[in-house]
Amino acid sequence: MSEATRGRGRRRSPRDLVGGTPAETWSLRFDDRELPAQSGQSIAAVLWSAGILAWRTTRATAAPRGVFCGIGSCYDCLVTVNGRPNQRACLVPARPGDHVTTQEGTGHDDLAV
Amino acid sequence: MTTSPSDSPADLAVVGAGPAGLAAAVAAAGLGLRVTLLDAGERPGGQYFRHPAPGLGAARPEALHHGWADFASREAALRAHVSAGRITYLPRHHVWTVTPDPGGGPVWALHAVVGPEEAAATVGARGVLLATGAYERQLPFPGWTLPGVVGAGGAQAMLKGGLVLPGSRVVVAGSGPLLLAVAGSLAAAGARVPAVVEAAAYTGYAAHAAALLRNPGKLAEGATYGGALLRHGVRLLTRHAVTEAHGTDRVEAVTVARLDRDWRPLPGTARRIPCDAVAVGHGLVPQLELATGLGCATRLSPDATVALEVDAGQRTSVPGIWSAGETGGIGGAQLALTEGEIAAHSAAGRPVPARLARARTRLRAFAAAMAGAHRPGAGWTGWLREDTDVCRCEEVPAGRIREAVEDLGARDARTVKLLTRAGMGWCQGRMCGPAVAALAGTDPAPDRRPLSCPVPLSHLAALPPRTPLTGPPTGRPHLLWPRRTH
Repeated sequence: MSEATRGRGRRRSPRDLVGGTPAETWSLRFDDRELPAQSGQSIAAVLWSAGILAWRTTRATAAPRGVFCGIGSCYDCLVTVNGRPNQRACLVPARPGDHVTTQEGTGHDDLAV
Repeated sequence: MTTSPSDSPADLAVVGAGPAGLAAAVAAAGLGLRVTLLDAGERPGGQYFRHPAPGLGAARPEALHHGWADFASREAALRAHVSAGRITYLPRHHVWTVTPDPGGGPVWALHAVVGPEEAAATVGARGVLLATGAYERQLPFPGWTLPGVVGAGGAQAMLKGGLVLPGSRVVVAGSGPLLLAVAGSLAAAGARVPAVVEAAAYTGYAAHAAALLRNPGKLAEGATYGGALLRHGVRLLTRHAVTEAHGTDRVEAVTVARLDRDWRPLPGTARRIPCDAVAVGHGLVPQLELATGLGCATRLSPDATVALEVDAGQRTSVPGIWSAGETGGIGGAQLALTEGEIAAHSAAGRPVPARLARARTRLRAFAAAMAGAHRPGAGWTGWLREDTDVCRCEEVPAGRIREAVEDLGARDARTVKLLTRAGMGWCQGRMCGPAVAALAGTDPAPDRRPLSCPVPLSHLAALPPRTPLTGPPTGRPHLLWPRRTH
């Protein structure tokens, strides 16, 4: 049993707090997985909802990174969206049909000489 | 492309639709000005009033907010002014520079990158109000680059905007009143918060009793947060810090240690708290690059951040440029709303209503008390190891920065950057700047970033050929020429 469901039944969720239902749900393709997405979520929010916190590796040490500042200032959450690298996952809204892929290094390895 | 300086310019362009910019835009429109409101975000509200997109169908967005009515009334006013043609509202417009008219006329050009597609737009205005807000101050510690370690404000932003949590057991750490709000929100949304780890001692406020007593609203707000923490069983550890995050691919636990008065970890006090996320922040930093690019004068705030110098009408030192909210020093949403309305009156050539002036004085006094109480102590560098990355983008460890300072003679963050690349990456020193300055033994310097966000080279190439691409000389306005056509 996960931490979230242990103890006195199910823990509250952010959705319990604000109520309501999403207008639409679909699945977002992330690498080789299909993740549930709700209209209006950023790509980072879709990934966090699936328990995924890292979707990039750094140039120097290939260390895993994901959202840090959450407001577009730190550029740690860079990701490749539909083949276009270096998109800030915390700012870019997820859209049906998007294919999001883990970004390695600069995202421009194809340009390396 | 929406407008250009050669089109009829707005009376006032407001940059930022957070509390200050939103309040200013609707107040200015109400006073008869034609206003253009540009904002990098998808929806008005900024970081403080960040809320879920309509598609997420939240029935009670106000449950995530304090003072939601302040936002709702102004958002309704914004809609009405937009419908009536008094405000042009441009969301998803990230202004990357503001330039004066080359002919010396009273027209400014605001250059923006629009949306994920990064289209170009230029907007003209007779006056400019910079309400660009702030980002979070971060002090590094071993393990702070692990996934699961997120900004306290970042966790709050992801929760408010996306209804998501970074983990199910979240330690909240750092310094400042934001931590209490973040811990309360996370707990209300279902996370367990084993502790709020606050580096300062709240007794620091006691020296400012007068400022506290003049702000009963702030005391009530503090009591609300305190009550929420008690209700959710959250412990508040003051004069403590997270000195290490443990894990391989993600956070599994943190080490928490007691601090002395200067924030130096006390030997023998370390203990481990299991968690799967850490929300950390040490106050906020005013976001100033547009203003410093124009040559606006700055000052050092009591929290050791750089803020804009403004007068009683929220005018900066550059005629035609106003500032409101966190750009003038961190002070919270109520102060930002007040200053936005003051700036609107000033820009409209009206006297500032006495009630607004009084509110500003009172709230600024509280902000100064708060800033002083949470100013980082010098001893925090005691929890760094030689291999702790200080610059996250360029992966520059503390040992290399210390070498630049101690062996190579660097005496400021700029020289450290030249020697080590710290601050030279994607975020342009926004995350590591305060830490690097502290390691160099100096106060932070004003932001100097000629471009406030990445700009496609094609946009720069489209600028007139006489445009210099270097920053302005100190204290002088930018001489970039505005684009007149698109």
